[in-house]
Amino acid sequence: MSKILININGKDYSAEPGKMVLDIAKEVGIYIPTLCHYEGIKPQGSCRICTCKIDGRNMTVCTTPATHRMVIETNTEELEKIRATIVELLFAEGNHFCPACERSGNCELQALAYRYKMMVPQFPYIFPAKDIDAKNPKIMIDHNRCILCKRCIRRKQEPENPSWFVFKDRGNKVQINLDHELTADFDDELAQKAMDTCPVGAIIRKEKGFDVPIGSRKYDKNPIGSDIENQGVTL
Amino acid sequence: MGDTQTRKSEFSNHEKCSCNCNDLSAILARYDNDPTRLMDILIEVQTQCGCVSDEAVKVIAKAINYSSVDVEQTLSFYHFLSQTPTGKYAVYLNDSAVAEMMGREEIAKTFEKEVGCKFGTVSEDGKIGLFNTSCIGMNDQEPSAIINQRVFTKLTKAKVAKIVNGMKNNLDIEDLIGTEVQSNILKQGPILTKDTEIGEAIKKAISMRPEDVIEEIRQSNLRGRGGAGFPTAMKWRFCREAVGEKHYVFCNADEGEPGTFKDRVILTERPQLLFAGMTIAGYAIGSDEGILYLRYEYKYMEEYLEEILSNMRKEGLLGNDVVGEKGFNFDIRIQFGGGAYICGEESALLESAEGKRGEPRDRPPFPVVKGYLQQPTAVNNVETLCSVAKIMHKGAKWYRSLGTFDSTGSKLISVSGDCEKPGVYEIEWGFSVNDVLKMVGAKDVQAVQVGGPSGNCVAPNEFERKLAYEDLSTGGSLIVIGKKRDLLKDIVLNFTEFFIEESCGSCVPCRAMTSQYKNKLEKIIRGNGVAEDIDQMLAWENVMISNRCGLGQTAANPILSTIKNFRELYEKKINKDTNFVSEFNLDAAVQESCKTANRIPNLGGAHE
Repeated sequence: MSKILININGKDYSAEPGKMVLDIAKEVGIYIPTLCHYEGIKPQGSCRICTCKIDGRNMTVCTTPATHRMVIETNTEELEKIRATIVELLFAEGNHFCPACERSGNCELQALAYRYKMMVPQFPYIFPAKDIDAKNPKIMIDHNRCILCKRCIRRKQEPENPSWFVFKDRGNKVQINLDHELTADFDDELAQKAMDTCPVGAIIRKEKGFDVPIGSRKYDKNPIGSDIENQGVTL
Repeated sequence: MGDTQTRKSEFSNHEKCSCNCNDLSAILARYDNDPTRLMDILIEVQTQCGCVSDEAVKVIAKAINYSSVDVEQTLSFYHFLSQTPTGKYAVYLNDSAVAEMMGREEIAKTFEKEVGCKFGTVSEDGKIGLFNTSCIGMNDQEPSAIINQRVFTKLTKAKVAKIVNGMKNNLDIEDLIGTEVQSNILKQGPILTKDTEIGEAIKKAISMRPEDVIEEIRQSNLRGRGGAGFPTAMKWRFCREAVGEKHYVFCNADEGEPGTFKDRVILTERPQLLFAGMTIAGYAIGSDEGILYLRYEYKYMEEYLEEILSNMRKEGLLGNDVVGEKGFNFDIRIQFGGGAYICGEESALLESAEGKRGEPRDRPPFPVVKGYLQQPTAVNNVETLCSVAKIMHKGAKWYRSLGTFDSTGSKLISVSGDCEKPGVYEIEWGFSVNDVLKMVGAKDVQAVQVGGPSGNCVAPNEFERKLAYEDLSTGGSLIVIGKKRDLLKDIVLNFTEFFIEESCGSCVPCRAMTSQYKNKLEKIIRGNGVAEDIDQMLAWENVMISNRCGLGQTAANPILSTIKNFRELYEKKINKDTNFVSEFNLDAAVQESCKTANRIPNLGGAHE
C-alpha cells in the first residue's frame, strides 16, 4: 500500500495508511501518554489521556487511524493541561495510596503523576467506599485502585469465550466484576497475565511478594515515556 | 462488591419473588438463545418476575453461552432492569427539573406516606416499590409516573391515594385509575398534517432509483432532527455505498433528552408516517430490515404499535413485495431499551440493540460503515424519517420552501415548564424564542432551556435568536423557566445530577469530572464559593470536550451555559473579599465528642 503523508507537531512524516496515530508517533520518537491502551489489544479510547488535536479537533490517537494530510498536535499547553487534569481526576475519584501499594514504581498512573509534577489534585478527594474482592484463589481485585481502563476486560483469551472480567453498573458507580466461577481454577500464569495487564495496583497476585525492590522498579530510574522520547528516530 | 453482597442478601431475605425464576425456557426459546437479543430476554424476565435474580442470570448465561457476570454487565446498566425485586407494582416517579417545578415533591411524599416506604425501597410486604427515574417524556403533564409499564400523568394527592389503595387491593394496573397520556398537539404543521397517503409516498419512492431517492432528499436539504443536524442524504449515501452482508435501518426513538416528548406524540398520532419513512430509507440504502429502538418509558405503546405494524403488513405496506413491488421486501421490528439516556447516542443505541451495555463506540468506523452487528446501518430520528415520507410525497422543492435557507422544513418542539400551554408545536425553522414564548403563553420568563440539559440556557437578551441549525440548534426541547425559580438550585443542579446518573462511566472526564462540577456548584449554592471556583469550572470545559460522545461533551453545559449567560447569579453567591472559605467547621466537628466527654469546646476562636 502506498504511504501517506501526515504532519505531527509541524513536521511531515510518511506513514502507513490506517495505522493508529499513536503508533506512528511512537515510531518517530514522540511520546503521547496512555493509560487504557495496551500493546496488542484492541484500543478503546476511554481514559482520554492520549487526546491530541487532530485537524483542530480533540481526538484520542489510540483509536484514530492516520489518513493522508492529517495534521496532528500532540503536546500543546492545552493538551498537557487536559492530561494533567485527567491524572488528577483519577487520583481524586479513587483511593490511591502510593506508599502502601505493591505496584509503586511500576504503576503507570503514579508515573504519569510524576511526569505532570502533581503535588496534590486540584479536586477534593471523593474518598469512595470501595472493597477488595479476594474471592479468587490466585488474584485479588482492589477496587480502590482501579482506574476502570478496561484493559483486563479487553484482553480476552479468545473473543468467543465467555468473559472473565466485565464492567458492572454505570456512571460513577461503574466497577470491574470478575466471574468467580469461570476463574476458580486460574493458574499462576493467567494470574500473572491479569496482573501485568493492569496499569495500576488493582489486580494483584496472591501468595507472592515482589521481585524487584522499591527504588529499582520500572519507572524509578526511567520516567514514563523516556524510552520513546530518547530514541529520536526520524522516518 | 459490598453493593453486590447487600443486594444478594436482600434478595435471599425476600420471599416475595413469586415467580419461578428457573423456568425461563419459553422466553429463551422465543429469542433462540441469541445473545444479541439479551435486552429482550432481560426485559421479558423483568416483566415476568419483577426482577432478574441471580438465579435467573445463571440460567440466561448458560443458555446464551455468556459468563454470569457478562449478563449482569448488561443487566446492571439499565435503570428499569433490577437484580432485586421491585415489587408487584413498581412505581417510577419522574424526578426531572420540570416534574419538580410542577410539584413532584409533594406527590413523592404522598406516595411514601400512603405506601409506607421511602423512595428507593420496596414496601415490607414486597408489594409496592418506589423509585425515581429520569425524564419519562411527559413534561407537559407532570408530575407523572410509570407503574408496571403504564403511565399515570398529572398526579395529584387524591390520585396517588386512589392508586396506592388500588395497588394494596391488588387491582389490575388498568383499573387503578384511567391512564390518560395526552398528545397536546397545539400547533399542526406539515409533518403532523394528515395529508399524505402513505402507500402513495412509498410507491413514489419505489418508482425512482434508490440513488434518485437519496438525491431528492439531498435536494430537500433535510438534516437530522435528533439535534446534531447531520445531512440525511449524506448519511444514506455513505450507508448505501458501504459493503456488508446486510444493511439496516434504525429509527432512534430513545427520546431521552429531558423536556422532549414530540417523538412520543408522533408515535401516537402518526406512526404510519414514521414506518413509511423507514421503508423509504430501507429502499434507498438497500435494506430489508428496519428496527425501531424505542425507549422503555414508552413500553405502554407496544401493543398499539404492533397492531399498526400488523395492519400495515396486511395492507401490503410492509413485508414481502411492498406495495406490490416484486423483490422489494422490508419489515420492521421494535427493540426496547431498558432505561438509559446514553442509548440515544447512535452507537450506544446499536450496542444496546445488540444486547450489550449502552456504551458509545469509538469512531471511526461510523455506524453507516459498521453499525448493527457490524453491518452498514443508517440511524435516523423519528422526526427525520417522518419528514422523509412527506418529502417523497410532496417533493424536495415544497420542503425547501419551508424554514430557512440552512434549516429547511419544519420542527416539532416540545414546550414545557412555566407557561400556560405546554405541549407539542410544529413550527417552521426560523421562529425566534420570543415567537415561541408568545405562542405558549409564557410571562415573567427568567430563562429558556433550549435543546434540553445538553443544550443552551438562554437569557432574555437573546430571546430574539432563531431556532435553526445556524443559530439555536435544538432536538426539540424547550423548557420555560419563570422568574420565581432558583435557576442554579432548581434547574442547573438537577440537570447536572441527571448527567451523573446517565453517564455510561467509560470516559474519565465524564465519569469523574461531572461529579466535581456538581460539588463545586453545591459549594457555591451553599454560599462558600469564591471567584476562583467560577474560573475553574470554565477552565474544565476543555477536558469535557475531550470526552468520546455527546453526553460527555455536554455534561457540563448546564453549568457552563449559565455561567456564560447568567454569571450574575453565580457572582451574587460567592464571597468576593476572600479567595478561600474553609468548609470545615471545627466547632461542629468536635461537638459530639465534647458532649460525650462532658467538656465545653475551647477553641479560642482561632479556628473560625
